[in-house]
Amino acid sequence: MKLDSMYQEVILDHYKHPHGRGLREGDAEVHHVNPTCGDEITLRVKYDGETIADVSYEGQGCSISQASASVLNELLVGKELSQAQKIQDAFLELMQSKGQLEPDDAMEEVLEDAVAFAGVSKYPARVKCALLSWMAWKDATAKALSEGKTA
Amino acid sequence: MTDARQGLSGLLDTEAIRKDFPLLDRTVHDGKKVVYLDSAATSQKPRQVLDALNAYYERHNANVHRGVYTIAEEATALYEGARDKVAAFINAPSRDEVIFTKNASESLNLVANMLGWADEPYRVDRDTEIVTTEMEHHSNIVPWQLLAQRTGAKLKWFGITDDGRLDLSNIDEIITEKTKIVSFTLVSNILGTVNPVEQIIRRAQQVGALVCIDASQAAPHMVLDVQALQADFVAFTGHKMVGPTGIGVLWGRQELLEDLPPFLGGGEMIETVSMHSSTYAPAPHKFEAGTPPIAQAVGLGAAVDYLTSIGMERIHQHEKAITEYALKRLLEVPDLRIIGPTTAEDRGAAISFTLGDIHPHDVGQVLDEQGVAVRVGHHCARPVCLRYGIPATTRASFYLYSTPAEVDALVDGLEHVRNFFG
Repeated sequence: MKLDSMYQEVILDHYKHPHGRGLREGDAEVHHVNPTCGDEITLRVKYDGETIADVSYEGQGCSISQASASVLNELLVGKELSQAQKIQDAFLELMQSKGQLEPDDAMEEVLEDAVAFAGVSKYPARVKCALLSWMAWKDATAKALSEGKTA
Repeated sequence: MTDARQGLSGLLDTEAIRKDFPLLDRTVHDGKKVVYLDSAATSQKPRQVLDALNAYYERHNANVHRGVYTIAEEATALYEGARDKVAAFINAPSRDEVIFTKNASESLNLVANMLGWADEPYRVDRDTEIVTTEMEHHSNIVPWQLLAQRTGAKLKWFGITDDGRLDLSNIDEIITEKTKIVSFTLVSNILGTVNPVEQIIRRAQQVGALVCIDASQAAPHMVLDVQALQADFVAFTGHKMVGPTGIGVLWGRQELLEDLPPFLGGGEMIETVSMHSSTYAPAPHKFEAGTPPIAQAVGLGAAVDYLTSIGMERIHQHEKAITEYALKRLLEVPDLRIIGPTTAEDRGAAISFTLGDIHPHDVGQVLDEQGVAVRVGHHCARPVCLRYGIPATTRASFYLYSTPAEVDALVDGLEHVRNFFG
């Protein structure tokens, strides 16, 4: 069934058992909303030099937006900023592919669990749900950088 | 057929009606018949309306109120004829009280701007108050917030009770001698509540405040009689009442329309223009600057004819029966909570609900896979969601073409949703 391409088991797992949920100490905090559906996220980033020490978040939203935040936490925490930005770029490319992009091995290596969102890119109304936390992370990172919290 | 469907009375002949609506015949997702339960967002269109739009463009297209040639006169007659039809539909005392806009939002913004620029006694300024309700669509909140911000007036509102009704217990404190305008919805687009117009209008009249009614969710579904309502302004939109998009209506009392200033300036709305100043055409043209949505007005005229041929009272009875049945069936679904009145008394045909802690977006997505189209989100009424402490709802809404079988399809679909996320 087509629905299963969107609601991959990996996504439902992250939705039911989110990684790193809850707000912890951070260098910068942002609040993002998806005005069309009311999904919301408050997200904090904590840097240790160039390394992402933590991404903590709290929010409400659909399974796609919540699972995406969980995957983000799992993927980015512990990574160097430059590497995290590559992951973010790859995820953005996948989500904007309108279902036309079949993730190859190289992409899978970069995105790990996040490749499960490939099916979501076919549903224009849901792409924003998947991107909510990633846009919040990007914004929070820019804020932390401009405030000179990272090296 | 389930037992509950036996004995439903007052239903229209939907088999015949549905033949008029081409879209209702289409399928999605590999042959699943569309179950369209989002008429509160926009209604589907009957062939009669589509034909009127086509006929206008194919045979009568010209700009209105200008040319002296045959086609231009036909276009003007069709456009103004639509005004006559709408005036009759809402029992307006005069056709000149019917202003065409592009939608209900524009109608409500027009009222807010008339009052913002008006002279005494209508002028809204820092010493006055504006009243609305927590139940409104954003289109009946934001224009008043803008007006309040720009004039310094104070914005006040009625709250909502736990069971989805307006809380009028403090009506005398909310509507006071300072109140210039009270603007509220006749039927809530999210809760389905039909509001007690009379009580609010009586208080407004006591203090000399104007009353504006958002009838967007009423005009399509029940007899709308602006004289019986006794309001000063009534706003609604065409696309929710089987008409095309791009056409809305503002009805206003004639003496107010004479006294209040125009908002948009341009062609059509003037009497004479010099480089120093202009004088304005009488209402309704004073409020219709620029080339109007001509084809859309003609389409709305055809929509009014269509609804009238079936009968608004019969449509209302049909929806009441469907709503009663839907409430009954939905309340049987485990973990389902109705947001709004749970009985069909003083209630429209839009039913919002939550399903356990499954997010409405996910509910809507799984329903879509089965061909069931519902609205999910905050329905442009976010304060209502905040009031009930929920991020969003799923909303099913019904119309003259809705059937009990479609209610069953929704309930079956919800069972599927529960299994999927269970």
